[in-house]
Amino acid sequence: MTRYDHAGDPVVDIRDLHITFATDGEPVHAVDGVSLHVDPGEVLAVVGESGSGKTVTAKSVLGLLPEHALVEGTVVLAGQDVVRLRPAELRRARGRDVAMVFQEPSTALNPVFTVGWQIAEGLRAHGDVSRKEARARAVEILGKVGIPDPETRVDHYPHQFSGGQKQRIVIAMALALDPKVIVADEPTTALDVTVQAEILDLLRAVRDDFGRAIVLITHNMGVVADLADRVAVMYRGKVVEQAPARELFADPQHEYTRALLGAVPRLGAHAAASVPGPSTAAAPGDPVVRARDLEIVYPGRFRQPGFRAVDRVSLEIAPGEVLGLVGESGSGKTTIGRAIAGLTRATGGSLEVLGHEMVGFREKEFRPLRARVGFVFQDPATSFNPLLTVGEAVAEPLLIHGRARDAAAARPRVHELLDAVHLPTSYAERFPHELSGGQRQRASLARALALDPELLIADEPTSALDVSVQARVLEVFSELQERLGFAALFISHDLAVVGLLADRIAVLYRGELVELGTGAQVLEDPQHPYTQRLLASVPVPDPVTQAERREALAALRG
Amino acid sequence: MSTTPEPVLPGAAAHEARWKRLPVVWQLRRSVGLQRGMLVAGLVICAAFVLMAVLAPLLAPYDSNQLSGPDGNFPRQAPPSAQFWWGTTVGGYDVFSRVLWGAQTALLTVVLAVVASIFLGIVLGLVSGYLGGWLDRVLVTVADAIYAFPSLLLAIVVSIIISGGQSSFFGGITAAAISITVVFVPQYFRVVRAETVRLKAEAFVESARVLGASTPRILSRHVLRNATRSLPLIVTLNASEAILTLAGLGFLGFGINPTAAAEWGYDLNRAISDVASGIWWTGVFPGAAIVLLVLGVTLVGESLNDLSDPRLRIRRRLPRRVAPATKGAA
Repeated sequence: MTRYDHAGDPVVDIRDLHITFATDGEPVHAVDGVSLHVDPGEVLAVVGESGSGKTVTAKSVLGLLPEHALVEGTVVLAGQDVVRLRPAELRRARGRDVAMVFQEPSTALNPVFTVGWQIAEGLRAHGDVSRKEARARAVEILGKVGIPDPETRVDHYPHQFSGGQKQRIVIAMALALDPKVIVADEPTTALDVTVQAEILDLLRAVRDDFGRAIVLITHNMGVVADLADRVAVMYRGKVVEQAPARELFADPQHEYTRALLGAVPRLGAHAAASVPGPSTAAAPGDPVVRARDLEIVYPGRFRQPGFRAVDRVSLEIAPGEVLGLVGESGSGKTTIGRAIAGLTRATGGSLEVLGHEMVGFREKEFRPLRARVGFVFQDPATSFNPLLTVGEAVAEPLLIHGRARDAAAARPRVHELLDAVHLPTSYAERFPHELSGGQRQRASLARALALDPELLIADEPTSALDVSVQARVLEVFSELQERLGFAALFISHDLAVVGLLADRIAVLYRGELVELGTGAQVLEDPQHPYTQRLLASVPVPDPVTQAERREALAALRG
Repeated sequence: MSTTPEPVLPGAAAHEARWKRLPVVWQLRRSVGLQRGMLVAGLVICAAFVLMAVLAPLLAPYDSNQLSGPDGNFPRQAPPSAQFWWGTTVGGYDVFSRVLWGAQTALLTVVLAVVASIFLGIVLGLVSGYLGGWLDRVLVTVADAIYAFPSLLLAIVVSIIISGGQSSFFGGITAAAISITVVFVPQYFRVVRAETVRLKAEAFVESARVLGASTPRILSRHVLRNATRSLPLIVTLNASEAILTLAGLGFLGFGINPTAAAEWGYDLNRAISDVASGIWWTGVFPGAAIVLLVLGVTLVGESLNDLSDPRLRIRRRLPRRVAPATKGAA
């Protein structure tokens, strides 16, 4: 076989790829006739929703598919067909020709070895490199990916690095052997938005300074707009559209691409759409939630001081008002939501929910009030008992609070609720696993609203969903909120989503409330430097605007 | 992103008949190849022993403690013959009848022991795992302490305490069953507790808490049924251990009195001296019965274990759907 050595030839050339998985039921055709190519030094983004086959396609480049997958077609990598390589040849190609950056940096690194050892491992596997040389190379590469003080840090263990630094190390491992192409599988999905911006800068440097090609797998159109040169849109195992990034965003051809782009929530969309002050929607009356200098401390172990998750937060939610709570992971936003629902104990200050003091509350006294508080959980896959039908699950609150004697008596109300969230009433007989993620989340909303609560807490209700599904769930949410007029605490890390729904937005940073104001105020004229940085870090799904925003962010970081 | 495609086939699983979703049936229908062979072999062996136990009154030519027939006392250590198919023991019992009746004793004890330990283990595990606190700490410590003892020694002590020398048919079986129970409760306790601790943090249990459900309701409706999934596995694996423990008790003389019921372990003990004098039939048949029953139950248990884990389950090979495409790319 001849090798591709001339510039201009693609580094990866996938032709008519079919991948089929054996399952207990019918075989699943995950990839159905995909043809793609990646040129040297370009970033090809493969986008699509979960189950579209994008990850499987990318993994086939490394020959990383499980045994029960049947791969047909050709995947030419540096002149060799990966599909037909023997395991030993495949091992030589991995690392040298192609490397991978994984989604979750905390699990991609082995916790019991130093990061230097892990980088050196790849070097030593592919050549006769002495320990000293490997270490020197590891230090060099760590410096290049922006780890400060690489000479000392090379001997540190993964847990001593932050999430963003860990992802830098994973990228360093991928770069160590100078591969021709790097496959990055959702490299920023597990990271906070400000860290994501930094990692995207690093990946851009990988392309521009190191001259590597990157296959970027993502579902985030903003990330695509920020980094990609060319985009392939996958839908149900097929590539439906391939175009240079600017063209694709400016003039999407395929219907699915248009729908996908249309479903992405844009920053400030709500503020522009409904100027007639949504804060007036809040009815007068006592606030349903009133927090004053709220503190929540998780007890520490072995006489160490506890972890202060929430630090002197004061906020109020008026009846009928939607308060958006925004922050990065570890900012304490979920903790506040759980404390309001009585799932986590508030330890200091004061937190009144429907007039009941939650600091030092007793479960028995609070239980009757629980009927007036609804909760929607983040992950629709785990928030339903897998052994109960959807109808039984939605009927649970009615049975618990004595509004219905048994499941049969609750049925009319259950059907009414499913109808309200736009689910067919026949779904009451189905089990949760037979519903898609978005349908399950809507059923979860139906369950939370079963008792007509005055307050609904939604903890990242759409972060586990695909964009097009997310749009539908948000639509149902705001429709019901307008109709039923419940107050809501909407917790999210996604500023655009919160901007769509919330009357007021509260921004949390490391347990402290740094900014609180109406949606328009916070999104258009942020006062606190952290809010400014957070807003500037959000990539928007438009390559031209995103390039400008990137420069603005760089200026902000100074 | 998920690497393996989710086999979401709306309505496929739930609308299967209920019996098809029962533990063993479910796995049997999904098995192929060697795993299916193992499971079927195990099931056949177990079924044969259950039949033996149920039909013992019809099949066995003599009672388990019968020493004489219409034509006088049975001969001692008689070789297999037309009258005594598998010969007679040193005490003059018919080996064939003793082996058949022994199946009844063994299965009854195992069922009693497993049922008792499941109930105790589940209740303690649920309460301990869900409530936590000092109760949990005490129960876990006790379970660990029981673990630390050699199980046979513990069973001997318990059987002495319980039966105190008297050993009627049911008294003996209950004593043996309870002593096995004591040994196995910690295993069920451990499994159910671990599952409960995991489920306690699941969103659907928290959602029940947010709705204001009472603790008994959460435990019975949301935790219990989800916590017991792995039990069929442990039941089968433990059942084979229970058979061995019972046989061990009998062999050491702490089991059931030979006049009360037939017991393979006791018969093996009595056959020790026969081995040197070339009398093979008194030892081989009860011994083979123990080995076969344990083998059958273990085969079922092990293959259930493999089949329940999607990563270990063998699947049918896929047919190639297109002819190998363009050869060699360059």
